[in-house]
Amino acid sequence: MRRWWIPAAGALALVSVLLGAMVGPAGPTWWRVPLALLDHLPLISIDSGVTSREWTIIWDIRMPRVVLASLVGSMLSLSGASYQGVFRNPLVDPYLLGVAAGAGLGATLVFTLNRSGSSTWIIDPLPLSAFAGGLLAVLVTYVVGTAFGGQKSASTLVLAGVAVTALATAVQTFVLQRHTDVVRQVYSWILGRLSSATWGDVRLVLPYVVISSAVLFMHRRLLDIMRVGDDEATALGASVNRVRIVVVIAATLGTSAVVAVSGLIGFVGIIVPHAVRLLAGASYRVIVPLSLLMGASFLIIADIPGRVLQNPSETPIGVVTAFLGAPFFLLLLRTKQGTR
Amino acid sequence: MTSLQFSGVGVRYGQHDALNNFTDTVKPGEWLCLIGPNGAGKSSLLRSVAGLAKHSGEIRVDGSPLRMRSAKRRAQLVAYVPQSPVLPDDMTAREYVVLGRNPFISHFGTETKHDWAIVADVLKRLDLVDLAPRAVGTLSGGEKQRVVIARAIAQEAPILLLDEPTSALDIGHQQQALELVDQLRKEHGLTVVSAMHDLTLAGLYSDRLCLLHQGYRVVSGTAAEVLRQETLAEFYGVSARVHHAEDGTVVVIPYRQGSLGN
Repeated sequence: MRRWWIPAAGALALVSVLLGAMVGPAGPTWWRVPLALLDHLPLISIDSGVTSREWTIIWDIRMPRVVLASLVGSMLSLSGASYQGVFRNPLVDPYLLGVAAGAGLGATLVFTLNRSGSSTWIIDPLPLSAFAGGLLAVLVTYVVGTAFGGQKSASTLVLAGVAVTALATAVQTFVLQRHTDVVRQVYSWILGRLSSATWGDVRLVLPYVVISSAVLFMHRRLLDIMRVGDDEATALGASVNRVRIVVVIAATLGTSAVVAVSGLIGFVGIIVPHAVRLLAGASYRVIVPLSLLMGASFLIIADIPGRVLQNPSETPIGVVTAFLGAPFFLLLLRTKQGTR
Repeated sequence: MTSLQFSGVGVRYGQHDALNNFTDTVKPGEWLCLIGPNGAGKSSLLRSVAGLAKHSGEIRVDGSPLRMRSAKRRAQLVAYVPQSPVLPDDMTAREYVVLGRNPFISHFGTETKHDWAIVADVLKRLDLVDLAPRAVGTLSGGEKQRVVIARAIAQEAPILLLDEPTSALDIGHQQQALELVDQLRKEHGLTVVSAMHDLTLAGLYSDRLCLLHQGYRVVSGTAAEVLRQETLAEFYGVSARVHHAEDGTVVVIPYRQGSLGN
C-alpha cells in the first residue's frame, strides 16, 4: 500500500508543474503549453503552434516561477518535517521557530549594508546572511524553549519561537526605519519574489536546496530513532546530539536560502508534513521523500490563484498559504491538546 | 555468555550522590535483581550501564571497560528497557521493533534483509506477528511491554537491562512478561539485570537479589538470604511477614500496623 504513495506524489508533482506552466494572464492557449514543452525535449518534434514570444512567456516567466515554487515548497516542507522530528514537537515549522524571521533579518541587513548593489562577492551574501540569522534564531528559540518548558512541552517551544519572531521583526523594523531608502526593496522581498522569479533565482537557491535535502534525506532513518526520546535513542546507539545539530543546521541552511529568494511564506512546513502523516503514516522513511514531492506540488498550486485572483495585480503567495495554514494549525493545536 | 563487572561505580547528579562505590560481578547468564526503596540508586546503576548517566569507577563487560566504547558498540553489548518507554503513538509495532537494529546499521545506512529477517523472527517468537502492522498507540499495556522487550531482543545484545519492567502491568501480564524474559534469557544465554519493586516476583524470577539503600549496596544473595523481616523493616520501613513456601518461594506479605499477625 505504502509504496504507491511515492510514485503517486511524483505524478502529482508533474501535473502541478504542467498546471503551473499553463495558467497565467497572458500567453498561449493552455492546451498548447504541454505540447510546446514536449517539443523542446530532445528528439521530440511536435507542432505546438506556440509563437516564439509565447514560448518566452512559458520558459522565461512561468517556468522559473514554477521551478522556484517547487524548490521553496519542497525545502520548507522537508525542513518542517525535520524540525518536528528532532525537536519531537508536532507544532513547529520554519516559520514558527523564528527561522524565517531570523533569516529575514539577516537578508534585510544585506540590503541595507550593500545598497550600492555592487556584486564584488564571489558567493551571493544574501543566502549566507539569511542563514546566519536563521541559525541564530533557531538556537535562541531552542535554548529558551527547552530551558523554560523542558522537552515535553510542545507549546513552550512555539511560544519561544513567537517571541524570537517578534524580536527579529522589531529589529528589522528598526533597521529599516534608519534606512528608508531600501524599504521598498525589502518589503517587496518580504512579500515574496516568486512572481518575478528568474532562472538566476533558481540557480541561487538550487545548490543549497540540493545539499540540505540530501543531508536530511540521509537522516530519515535516524529521525525515526529520535522519536523514542534522547535516552532511548542513545541507548540504541544513536549519537543524539550530533544528529540534532546536523539536522537543524541542514534544515536551517535550506530554509534560509529559500527565504532569501522567496520571502516569508508561512505554514507550508506544517501543512504538508502533517497531511503526509495522515495519508501515509508517521515513519520518516515515507515522510521525508513525500514531503519533498508534496511540498513542491502544494506551493506550485498555491501560487496559481495569486496570478488570477486580482488580475492584473498579484496576490502574494504568503497570503494564500497563511489563509490555508492558519486554520489548519489551529485545528492541529486543538487535536494535539486534546490527546494529551 | 557475558559477564558484567562493577568496580567502585558511583553516579552523581549535581550535588546529589545517587549511587556510591557499587562493586559487584554479574556472572554470565545470571539474572540479578536490584531491589530497594525509591531513590536507592537502582535506576542510576542501570542508566550508567546503558551509557545514560556519567559514572565514576569502572564497568566491564567480559573484562573490557565499557566507557571506552562508542554509543553504537555499547548498544551492541547492552540492551536497555526503561521504566516508562516512549512509544510514538502512530509508529507501527514493526517500525518500533526495527529500531533495535540501529547498533548494526551505519550512520547513513538502511536496514538490510538480514535486519528485517531478525525482526520478523523476534516478532514471531514473541507472538507479535498479528500486532506488527498496528500503531503502538493502539496496543494494551501488556502488548506494549512485549513490543518494548521485542525491540531489546532485536538488539541481540548479550546483556539485558530492565528498569521496573512490570510496574505498569496487572498480575497476569507481570507473570507473562517475566516468564518471557526468563525464557529468552535461557534461549539466548542473556545476562539480565533488572530493578523491581515487587519483592516476591523479584525473588521468584532472579538468581540473586541485591538490596540498595540511599545509594549504597547493602546486601546481596538469594531471596531467602535477602528478604528477611528485619532487613525489610530497616530499609523499606515496612511491616511485613516473610513466608517461606515449601517449594522455596519467598513471599513478602505486608500487614497492618497494630494488628500483628504472627
